[in-house]
Amino acid sequence: MPTKSDARLDVRKTYKLYVGGAFPRSESGRSYVVNDAKGKFLANASQASRKDARDAVVAARKAFGGWSARTAYNRGQVLYRIAEVMEGRHDQFSAEVAAAEGLSLAKARPLVDAAIDRWVWYAGWADKLAQVVGSSNPVAGPYFDFSVPEATGVVALLAPQDSSLLGLTSVLAPAIVSGNTAVVVTSFERPIPAITLGEVMATSDVPGGVANILTGSATEIGPWLASHMDVNAIDLCGIESADEARDLEAAAAENLKRVRRPADEDWLESPGLSRLTQYLELKTVWHPIGV
Amino acid sequence: MSRFEYAPAPESRAIVDIKSSYGLFINGSFTEATDGKPFKTVSPASEEVLAEVSEAGPADVDKAVRAARRAYDKVWGPMAGRDRAKYLYRIARLIQERSRELAVLESLDNGKPIRESRDVDLPLVAAHFFYYAGWADKLEYAGAGEDPQPLGVAAQVIPWNFPLMMLAWKIAPALAAGNTVVLKPAETTPLTALAFAEICQQADLPPGVVNIVTGAGRTGQALVEHDGVDKVAFTGSTAVGRSIARSVAGTDKKVTLELGGKAANIVFEDAPIDQTVEGIVNGIFFNQGHVCCAGSRLLVQESVYDEVLARLKRRMGTLRVGDPLDKNTDIGAINSAEQLARIRELSQVGEDEGAERWSPECELPTQGFWFPPTVFTGVSQAHRIAREEIFGPVLSVLTFRTPAEAVEKANNTPFGLSAGVWTDKGSRILWMADQLRAGVVWANTFNRFDPSSPFGGYKESGYGREGGRHGLEAYLAH
Repeated sequence: MPTKSDARLDVRKTYKLYVGGAFPRSESGRSYVVNDAKGKFLANASQASRKDARDAVVAARKAFGGWSARTAYNRGQVLYRIAEVMEGRHDQFSAEVAAAEGLSLAKARPLVDAAIDRWVWYAGWADKLAQVVGSSNPVAGPYFDFSVPEATGVVALLAPQDSSLLGLTSVLAPAIVSGNTAVVVTSFERPIPAITLGEVMATSDVPGGVANILTGSATEIGPWLASHMDVNAIDLCGIESADEARDLEAAAAENLKRVRRPADEDWLESPGLSRLTQYLELKTVWHPIGV
Repeated sequence: MSRFEYAPAPESRAIVDIKSSYGLFINGSFTEATDGKPFKTVSPASEEVLAEVSEAGPADVDKAVRAARRAYDKVWGPMAGRDRAKYLYRIARLIQERSRELAVLESLDNGKPIRESRDVDLPLVAAHFFYYAGWADKLEYAGAGEDPQPLGVAAQVIPWNFPLMMLAWKIAPALAAGNTVVLKPAETTPLTALAFAEICQQADLPPGVVNIVTGAGRTGQALVEHDGVDKVAFTGSTAVGRSIARSVAGTDKKVTLELGGKAANIVFEDAPIDQTVEGIVNGIFFNQGHVCCAGSRLLVQESVYDEVLARLKRRMGTLRVGDPLDKNTDIGAINSAEQLARIRELSQVGEDEGAERWSPECELPTQGFWFPPTVFTGVSQAHRIAREEIFGPVLSVLTFRTPAEAVEKANNTPFGLSAGVWTDKGSRILWMADQLRAGVVWANTFNRFDPSSPFGGYKESGYGREGGRHGLEAYLAH
């Protein structure tokens, strides 16, 4: 017999991957238990496999042409939209960051503020990057000569293990704002804010495939991404072992990926330009001048 | 039947709520003028009175400058760039959300076709705020030194040809850099600036950061000559620009001036003709020719002169002149009776000096201020219509034989705002761009604008640039 009660039983969410604009389970059928910082069960997350990583690279490559061809103004508008939609989910992000990182809500909120503000900061870079890092070159001859930055392609991001949302934002936003597309492997133990960020992306006019989010182990998936011949750059941020990082960097050498080595990071610091310029190619164009 | 009949397709004006009278926007709220008389703003297409607007006298201007100073000292100057950025993003979004209403209001008050206010002015206005919002928290990257600082209070006086767009060009970079502003819109087109004041309120912009004082030349003079302003930014005629440059002599005020032009639009024989004709039409008839960078001197290489002129006249015959709110309209109303008189006078001078005048057959409305698209041929470099800015839909055509002659003629003007080059040859485009003494050179296009792209003139077209990071520099001490 059902009993009458004031307490409503909550509907729990199934956490999935975010690939090509859709939310599939892992092709491997695997999932793993995600606990909060105190060890209490939060959810099962999909555990992405080698095949999922390859699917994500395919999706990212497919999205690259369209995303990189958009006007910088338009990419800026889309990134700003991400910030707007995150603002509406501020409470949800704060609760998830608090649970994931073992913080009080009061301490989690400023991290969410900083993550949203960081999307706004990077949104503004979209149409300024070429003006700051490009140039017109006064060559010694009758030539018009200018250099413009372009996106490098598909970027694999092994997101930080500690900072579940701010750290993730700090590695993802600078990669995609310039027109790259990304495959992200989230923090293994703190994946839930990343999955929610995927839901924000899906509803913020970000084209499917621009950001692909895989929950699971960077140690397991990293080598497949580092050696993938259709990945152009890799950020090893989430790799904690120096030996592993060295092996991944060596694997990345095969197709001369641009590699960002792991380093101590203070995610609350002003980011500077290095993550933006990491994933850019500079193109110099010459044209003769004369009647 | 030789041409299509168009059914009227008027944009509804019901979307705009125009008040019967407006005060001045000072320190975050609308206030009565204390020492000026109200004046009327009319729709140039019908001469209907749209609203009564306050004239700010010297005491009102003083109040506005003081409000701007307080806001600069207490709130806006010390505020983190990150937060200034957020206010500007809010304004950009509010403009996007209200853009249909603002476009209708602009066309009503200014007379420009709704197709232009809707598809050109308003998108650029929002884009300008969006672009400079992104600079507010990145000033150290703008190339203006390591620790760029705002100047203080900016006095800004803008013209009637692109009322809201000129406001955006002025206010967005000023605010991004941390300045506060007192802006005076033109006396014939104050309404969108007053609507913008409401947007500042909706965005919860702190009081005094933006102040709008309406009025005519006297108000503008009181504003730029006020001791409490640190920066003067003016867009308008070269004559007024000159008097401003004189009046700030001996002060510490920084000045940028965006003044008149007499742009050469240069067509070489290898240019794609149809595309070129569209560019010529856009260059001179866009916004009724009320454009400081209008391509008002057409220089055509002799070998293609007959063909270009024939096709140009045929194209001019298809331009629709009339109701600015009709979506079919290409050319709207002349902004004021005064401006119409000036266009008529200079056109008469053109005829009197011996140039040949031609306009397509074209029925003009009986009410309002109208002038048909007009071309003068047989124009020499000495003619007044080749030297003076007409600021109307009037094109003067000259010819040339060699690139060197084209350059010589193009540069033979006291102005230097813009120029156009039409040719299939890339090296020639770049050679011409090198030779031309003008701040903007358009190749195989004309009248393109973008917030990231600096705009401004050489010589008597003024100094300083608006747009891009150079536009930001005009509002920074470094």
